[in-house]
Parts: sequence; structure tokens; C-alpha cells
Amino acid sequence: MNNLSTSKPLSYWSAFKSIFIREIKLAWQKPTQLVQPVVFFLIVVTLFPLGISPAPKTLQMIGPGVIWIAAILAIMLVVERLFRQDFQEGTIEAWLLSTVPMSLLVGAKLLAAWFISCSVLVLITPVLALLMNIETHVIPALMLSLMVGTPILLFVGAIGNALTVGLNQGGVLLSLLVLPLYIPVLIFATSLIEAATLNMSYTGQMSILISMLLVSCFFAPVAIAAALKNTVN
Amino acid sequence: MWKWLHPYAKAETTYKLCYRLLPYFSWLAVITLVSGSIWGLFYAPSDYQQGDSFRIIYFHVPTAIWSMGAYTSMAICGLIGIVWQIRNAELAVYAIAPVGAAFTFLALISGAIWGKPMWGAWWVWDARLTSELILLFLYLGVIALYNSFEDKRTAARASSILAIVGVINVPIIHYSVEWWNTLHQGASITKFDKPSISPDMLWPLLLNISGFLFVLAALVCLRLANQILINDARRPWVKAMVSEKTNKAEQSKNRATLADKE
Repeated sequence: MNNLSTSKPLSYWSAFKSIFIREIKLAWQKPTQLVQPVVFFLIVVTLFPLGISPAPKTLQMIGPGVIWIAAILAIMLVVERLFRQDFQEGTIEAWLLSTVPMSLLVGAKLLAAWFISCSVLVLITPVLALLMNIETHVIPALMLSLMVGTPILLFVGAIGNALTVGLNQGGVLLSLLVLPLYIPVLIFATSLIEAATLNMSYTGQMSILISMLLVSCFFAPVAIAAALKNTVN
Repeated sequence: MWKWLHPYAKAETTYKLCYRLLPYFSWLAVITLVSGSIWGLFYAPSDYQQGDSFRIIYFHVPTAIWSMGAYTSMAICGLIGIVWQIRNAELAVYAIAPVGAAFTFLALISGAIWGKPMWGAWWVWDARLTSELILLFLYLGVIALYNSFEDKRTAARASSILAIVGVINVPIIHYSVEWWNTLHQGASITKFDKPSISPDMLWPLLLNISGFLFVLAALVCLRLANQILINDARRPWVKAMVSEKTNKAEQSKNRATLADKE
């Protein structure tokens, strides 16, 4: 922070880049936190054949929905601790003091968080799809929907985390705030996969998901910045 | 307009306005609801398809409309509070939230009661029903968030932000009928040029819609006034008002005892 006030002001791009790199480095130092959501994702999906039925037909029918719900729950784990450490060690106060807009820094952090935790979820989806006996021609649609959907979930969830980070409460309040907002994403994603299963075009659902992504990309950092400012006060 | 609006940034003025408006809203609510309900339940013709069970429309539609209306106004209050830093608007968010939640709950319950004879099920996973359920969750989220903060100023701001974020859901509710076009019947009264509802049924419905709006307004006025009082309990104007009230009460008591003695 010191060199900020003495030397020339930080450019937006270099601030964005340095936050992004910092997040990646921090995540690299704690690989267990990286692995946890992925393992959770796997375990939740595993529970469904055991709980409902291992019959291939049933699995094929419920598979995409199960994978999506498991992804939502895994992202809740990611979201829950997103800003906690930054809040406790005072990083967020430093962000507030900097000359760079808070929403830009938040955006960098979110982008890094997506690469760190959610991209892995998308990448291991084909394995889960095989476990759930999903037809191979549906797998690209499933991965695409998760590719576009998980950043929405992460951005919206981050708003909830930013609102509750100052409270010493677990994830119950957070899930009450955030899960209702996830429902439209889930509806369109599963309807996309359904269309893909029937060999129909799914561009309509895809465009709606992408528009949701753009809207959340634009508004979520602003809302998160406002919420964090409110919490730090 | 700014000159006209800006005194209401002061808590005392808003408090007085709330109490001045409260009797009007309450009486209007009583008049419109009583007349609309009697007209709708006893005099309106029964539906050629749904028989008499359609009459629950006189409670279902108004509560459903104002459950969304309340959410929108809550979000607008939140936006005003966040953008222009007006504390009364932030307080209004929490004044509206429980009332809106109650309206949403009533809409869901009356819808379930209506759905049983018509669709043969208390609940179907129709887009509109689901969105209304999500709306209830959103209200509960705002209420829960407000109540988990110790500091009420932070609480009001946080729930304002949440209300603004959640308002994206309201248009989804509204357009879901056209998007999914499922079991729920389409809107019958918003297209005023050619409504698909008979005028004999429409008028009591409009009366009840306005009646529930007045109920909402009256309850919100009452809650907002109380909220302001609780928030400003240590401010001079509240103390002055309380002491004035107690003085008046004492004076009238004294007069009564004097009259007794005489």
C-alpha cells in the first residue's frame, strides 16, 4: 500500500492482474481447500444412485439434474469462505483504501476463484456423467451449461458471502439468501440438457444462460463492493 | 419535486406523515375490502367452467399481485436508501418485508386451495407457483439477514442490497407465464382493452385489488412509524413527543380528578 501513495498511481489493469495472481498463489499454497469442493461434488453425486436406484434408465433420467445440484452445493462450499480470510486479515480494508475501484478488485478475485475451484468441477463432469450413465452426446451440453452456469452461481453467491462475512454465522443464513437466486439458473440449465438429450437445438436456453452470465458479471461486483463496504464500516 | 420530497429525509417528518396517512389507508381498506368481498362472494355470477370455486380469485389475485408489488417497492426503497443514503428508505425495506412475506404466503395458500378442485392437486411444479415460492424465500432471506445483524444500520443496508439483487426475480415471475406457458391460466385482467373476464366479475376483483393495496399501505405505514420510533428512541424529538403525550395524559387525569372532587 505504501508504494501506492508515493509512486505513480496503480493502473487498473495492473491492479486487476496483481489481485488475480495473488489469488492463484494463495490457492496454490493450500491445495486441500482446492480439492475439498471437488471431492464433495463427487461424493454428493455418488449418494444418488445409492439413495434412489442404480438402474441405468433411472440414472440416465436424473443424472444431469443430480450433477447440477451437486455442483450448486459444491459452489456453496467455495462461496462460504470466499471473503472470510480477506475480511479477517484486513485485506478488504486495504482494498477500500486503494485508488482502484473496489468492484474491479472484486472482479479479479472472482475470476481467479472461478479458475481455481469451478473449472475443476467442469473438467471432472465427464467422469461423473459416465458414472450416471449419461449418453455421450449429452456430455458436451452438460459441460457447456456448467461452464456458463458456474460463474453465475459463483458471482451471485459471492454477493451473499459479502453480505454475511461480518457475521459469525455458518452457511445456513448464506444458503437461505443465495439458493433461491440459483433456481432460475438451475431451471434453464436443466432445460438445456433436456433439449440436448432429445437431440434438439439448445441455443435458446444457452443464450438465456449467457445473458444471465453477462448481467451477473456486470452487476455482481458492484453489489459485492457495496456489501463489503457496508460490512467493514 | 426535490423540494417537496426532501423534508421526508428527516425521521420526524416521515413519522408524522405515516401517522397522518394511516387512518385514510385503513378506512379505504375496510370500505373497499368489505364491498369488494361481499360483491364478489355473493353477487358476482359463478363461472361457467369453474362454478363457485373461482370466487377465491378475489383473495388469490390481489395477494399475488401485491406480493410482487411489495417486493418491487421494497427494492426501490433499498435502491433509494443505498444510492442517496437516506436512512428512512432503508428502514422502509424492513417495514415492507414481513408484510410482503405474509402476502406471498396468503397467495400460495389460496392458490393451493384453488388448485385442489381445479387441477386435482394442492401443488404443481408450475413456473408461476415455483416463482412465487422463490419470492417467499427471498422475503425470508431479507428478514433473516436483517435480524442477524446487531447493528441495525448495517442490517438495513445489507437487506437493502439483498432486496435489490432479488428484484431480478420479479420480472422472471411476471414473464414466466409467457416463457413456459404451462398449467397456470394466463393473466385475465391486465389486458384492459379486451379483458377475458366478465365485467360483473371484474369490478369486485378490482375493488379487492385496491383493498389489499390499502391494507399493504396501512401496515407498512404502521411498521415504518414504529421502526423510526425504535431507531430514534434516544433522539430529542421522540423524548419531547413522549413527554408531551404523558403531560397531556396527566393533565386530563388531573382534570378528571378535579371534576370528581367538584
